[in-house]
Amino acid sequence: MGAIFILVALIFIVKLFRLQVIDSSYKQYATKNVLRRVVTYPARGLMYDRNGKLLVYNKAAYDLLVTPRELEVFDTTALCAMLDIEKEELIKGINRAKKYSRYKSSVVVKQIAQETYAVLQEKLYKYPGFYVQTRTLREYPYNTAAHALGYVGEVNQSMINSDPYYSQGDYIGILGLEKAYEKELRGRKGINFFLVDVHNRIKGPYREGRNDTLALIGSNITTTLDADLQAYAEYLMQNKKGSVVAIEPATGEVLAFLSAPTYNPSLLVGRARGDNYQKLANDTLQPIFNRAIGASYMPGSTFKLVNALIGLHEGVLNEYTKHACSGTVSRPIRCTHEHISPIGVRNAIRESCNPFFWNTFSSIFQKYPTAREGFNVWKDHLQHFGLGQRIGVGVVGENGGNVPKDSYYDHYYGKGRWNAMTVRSMAIGQGELLITPFQLANLAAIIANKGYYVAPHLVRSIWINENNQQVIDYPKNETGFSSETFDMVIDGMQAVVEESNVRYNTKLDTITICGKTGTVQNPHGSDHSVFIAFAPKENPQIALSVYVEHGVWGSRYAAPIASLLIEKYLKGEVTGWRKDIVEEKMANANLLNPIQPD
Amino acid sequence: MARRNNIWANLDWLTAFMYLLLIILGWVNIYAAVYNEEHSSILDMSQRYGKQLLWIIAALVLAFVLLILDSNFYVSFAYVFYVFTFFLLVGVLLFGVEVNGAKSWFQIGSVGIQPAEFTKFTTALALAKYLSSYNFKIHRFKSLLVIGIILGMPVMFIFLQNDTGSALVFTVFVLVFYREGLTGMVLFTGFLLAVIFIVTLVYTPVMAIVLVALISLIAHYFMRQQIIETMKALAVFVLSFSLVLLGNFLLKYERTVVELILYSSLFSVFVFVIYTIRNRIYKQFWVVGAFLFLVMFTFSVDYVFNNVLGRYQQARINEVLGIESNPLGYGYHVNQSKIAIGSGGFSGKGFLNGTQTKFDFVPEQSTDFIFCTVGEEWGFIGTTTVILLFLALLLRLILLAERQRSVFSRVYGYSVICILFFHVAVNIGMTIGLAPVIGIPLPFFSYGGSSLWSFTILLFIFLRLDASRAEKLSY
Repeated sequence: MGAIFILVALIFIVKLFRLQVIDSSYKQYATKNVLRRVVTYPARGLMYDRNGKLLVYNKAAYDLLVTPRELEVFDTTALCAMLDIEKEELIKGINRAKKYSRYKSSVVVKQIAQETYAVLQEKLYKYPGFYVQTRTLREYPYNTAAHALGYVGEVNQSMINSDPYYSQGDYIGILGLEKAYEKELRGRKGINFFLVDVHNRIKGPYREGRNDTLALIGSNITTTLDADLQAYAEYLMQNKKGSVVAIEPATGEVLAFLSAPTYNPSLLVGRARGDNYQKLANDTLQPIFNRAIGASYMPGSTFKLVNALIGLHEGVLNEYTKHACSGTVSRPIRCTHEHISPIGVRNAIRESCNPFFWNTFSSIFQKYPTAREGFNVWKDHLQHFGLGQRIGVGVVGENGGNVPKDSYYDHYYGKGRWNAMTVRSMAIGQGELLITPFQLANLAAIIANKGYYVAPHLVRSIWINENNQQVIDYPKNETGFSSETFDMVIDGMQAVVEESNVRYNTKLDTITICGKTGTVQNPHGSDHSVFIAFAPKENPQIALSVYVEHGVWGSRYAAPIASLLIEKYLKGEVTGWRKDIVEEKMANANLLNPIQPD
Repeated sequence: MARRNNIWANLDWLTAFMYLLLIILGWVNIYAAVYNEEHSSILDMSQRYGKQLLWIIAALVLAFVLLILDSNFYVSFAYVFYVFTFFLLVGVLLFGVEVNGAKSWFQIGSVGIQPAEFTKFTTALALAKYLSSYNFKIHRFKSLLVIGIILGMPVMFIFLQNDTGSALVFTVFVLVFYREGLTGMVLFTGFLLAVIFIVTLVYTPVMAIVLVALISLIAHYFMRQQIIETMKALAVFVLSFSLVLLGNFLLKYERTVVELILYSSLFSVFVFVIYTIRNRIYKQFWVVGAFLFLVMFTFSVDYVFNNVLGRYQQARINEVLGIESNPLGYGYHVNQSKIAIGSGGFSGKGFLNGTQTKFDFVPEQSTDFIFCTVGEEWGFIGTTTVILLFLALLLRLILLAERQRSVFSRVYGYSVICILFFHVAVNIGMTIGLAPVIGIPLPFFSYGGSSLWSFTILLFIFLRLDASRAEKLSY
C-alpha cells in the first residue's frame, strides 16, 4: 500500500514540476488575471483665437460601462428611461459586452450628457455591474470655424494599427486642427495598473504604482484665427457656396478660414455625431468639403497679377510698356472691357485687359530661345509664388492645385509642337492652371509683402503651461522678385478698387484697399465671383481671397464681401451705409442656385 | 507495567509532531489565503485565520482528551458512536442548512458542524469492530453483506445530502479490506473498469472493446498456457470481424464500426462457447463471461454518459479526462487553481505575496483549494514539501498500523491511513487537474473546524490505540 502512496506522490510531484517549473504559461495567465489597466483620459487641449477668445473647450461626458459578470437582474425599463435610450439598444450593448468579455468592462452607452449623469449617478447603486467613466467632449462657444478646427472622433482599427498609442474607444482628431495638432492636443493617457480580484474589484495599485503613467492634460493652442472676423465672414457667406481666406501678410497667420456653406461644429460631437455626419455628408452642398483648401479653381483674372509680376521681373514689361487692345475683336484673346488703347500695366490691371496680358505672356516666352524654356521660367516663378504645391503648415487636407509641366504639353501636343500660343489661356488665368482659394489669399499676401510669404498657418503657439507659450516659427519663402517689381502692380490693384466699377461697393474712405477681381468660367452654372485684396496699401494688415460660387462677376459679391471683411478687421466694425446697404445685401444674397441672372 | 500505562511514554511522538507541523502550516497558509490588510494580525478573531486558531486550540484539547481516555473506550463504544453519527446524518437532512447546494451542515450559533466529517471515524471504528469480531470471514457472503450495510448506510445518507465528495471518501475502505485479505481481484477489477471507463470516454468504445478483447486473450493465455489456442482465438476475432465487415459491405447495411465490432464480438463469443463446451474447459467460461461483461460495461458507460448523466456531471468528467476544456465554465476552478499554482514557479512568490489566491481568483481558497496558496506562495519547493510531509505521515502510519497486535487497531489504523490518503490524493489532485473537483478538504490544512476535528479524532484515536498496543493481545 505504501508503494501506491509513493507512486501517487511521485505523480503529483512530476505534475507539479511541469506546472510550476517547466511551463511558464501559467505565470503569464496570472499576470493577465490580476492586473486591470485603468485608463484615465486627460482633457484635450483648448483652442483660443488670436485675441484669447476661447474657440473650443471641453465638457464632461460620461460613458456607461458594464461588467457582464457582475450584472444582476435589474429594471431595464427604468434604466433606459433614465438614459433616454431604447431597450433594444441597451440589451444589444450588454450582449456586445458579454461577447467581448464577461470579466472586463466595456462601454454600453457612450457620451451621456452631464444632466443625465447627475440623475444616473444617484441611482447607479441599484445597477450592480454598471460603472461610469468620464470622458471629455468638445464644446464650441461661438459654433464657428468648423473647417479650421476640424473634429474629434473615435479611432478606427487602421488608426490603432498605425499608432500603438491608441486603443479601442479612444478619441482622435479627424480633421482640421484637431488632426494636425492631435499629438499636442490629446495630452497623454494615464494608465494605472491595479490588482483586481476575480470580481474585478480593485484591491490596490500594482507594484505600488511603479508601472503607472500619469495622465497629462493636452496642450492648449493659440490659433491665428480672429473669432470676430471669422464669424462675420460666416455671416456674410451664408446661403452661398465659396470660401474666404484671410491672412496677415507679414506673419502668414490665417485670420479667417471659411468654407461655405459651413456647419455647426457642435453637430459633430457626442452621440448624435454619427447621424449628423451622415446628414452633412449626404448634403448636396457638401458642407463638410473644405473649399478653402480642397477646391481648386481656374484662377481667372486674378492670375493676371502674376503674369504682370513675372513680366516685370523678366524685363519684358516696364512702366512704359504699352500694348494695343482692339476690344472685342482682339486676337487671339478678345477683351471684355471697353477702354483706351494702347494701355500700360497699371490700367491693364484695372481694366483686366486680356490682350495686354496675352502680349505679356507671349513676351515672356519669346525672351527665351524655345517655348519650353520660356514656359519653364514662367512655371518656376509660379512655384515661387506658392502655386502648384501645398503651402500651408499644419493645414490638413490641402490641395496643391495644379501648375502643368512641360511634359504635360509634350504628351498632349507632341515635343516642340506647342508654344505660348498653344497655352495662351493661362495668360488670363484659364486653362490647365488650378489654384486654391488658400493659395490665392497667399498670393495677395505675397503682393502685400512685396516679394515673400510666410507659410500660411493656423496656429501661433502651443502652450507649455499657463504662463509659457511656445511660439512656432514658420518658414519664410522668397519669390526672388524685387520689391519695386510689385509697386506698379499694387498701383494697378489700387486702381481696380478705386477707379473701376468695383469702387461703388468696395472702396473705403479711410483705408486704401488694393484688389483684383476675377471671374471664373464655370460650365455647371453661373460663373464664380473671385476677389483678392490686401489693405491698407501702405502697411498691409490683411490679405484675402474671397470666392463666391455662381457670383457671376468678381465685383458683384466677392469684392464687396472682401471690403466688408477688411473694414471689419481694420476698423473693428462696419457702420453707416456700408452696414445698412452693402452688408445687408451681401448677407442676404442667396446664391445656392447655380444659375444666377447676369 | 508502569511504562505500559504511561500514555505519554508510549505515544508516537513523531506522528504527533508531523500532525502539529501540518496544522501550523495549514494555519499559516489560511492566513495567506484570506489575508486582509485591515485585519493583518494573524490572531484577529474576526477573520478565518483567527477562527482557525481557535479550532486548532480546540483540536489540541480534543487530542489531549482522546489520549487520556482508556483505549478500551473506543472499542466498546464503537457501534454506539457509529449509530450516534448515523442519527446525526439523518438529522442533518431534516434540520440542516444548505451550503453550496449540499445540505450537510448543522448550524449552531455561528458554528457549523458537518456530521459527515465525523461519520468517517465512527464508520472506521464500527468496521474495525466488526472486522475484528470472531464471526467475520472476509469471503463469506454474510460478512460482506454486513460490511456493505455498515458502509452503505452512511454513504447513502451523505449522498442524499448532496455531498458527493464526502460520500466518495468511503470507497477508499476497499483498500482496508484488501489489507484484511480481500482478494486482489476486486482491486484489479476496479482498476480494469476504471481503465475501460476512461478509454471509452476519452477515446472511443471501439478502442475499449479492442482493449477488452486483448485482455481476454491474455487472460486466456495465462489460464491455458497454450499459445496456439490463443492465436486461434485471435484468428476467430479477426475472421469474424472481417466477415461482418464484408457482410455489411455486400448488403449495404451501413452500420457503424461500433456495431460491427459488437456483432463480430458476439459471433466470436458464440464460437468460443461452442469450443469451450466441446473441449470441456468450463473454467474458460470465466474469460468468456468477463469478456461479455466488459463489452456490456463499455456500452453502458457510453450510454450512461451520453444519456443519463446531466450536463454538469458530464462537464466535470470531461474536464478531468481532458476531453474538453472550458476555462470559464466548469473548468474555471481547476484552471484558476492551476494558474495560481503554476504562477508560483520554483520557489514561489513569497509569503503573503500571492496574487491569485489572495484576490479570490481561486474559489474556496482557504478550504478545498488551500493547496493553491501553498503552490503560489511557496512554489515547487513548498508543494513538494507538503506532499512529502503527507507521504511521510502516511508511511509512518502504515508502520504503526502494521505493528498493531489487535485486528481492531490494525483495521482502524488502515482506515485512518486510507481516509487520509483519499483526501490528500483527491484534494491535491483536483487542484492540479489530476482528479475531478469534488469538494473535500485537505487534511489538517483546510480551514474549517469540522474537518480539522474529524481528522484529529481520526488520528488521535489511532495514536491512543497504538500507545496501548502492548495491552491488547487480540480482539
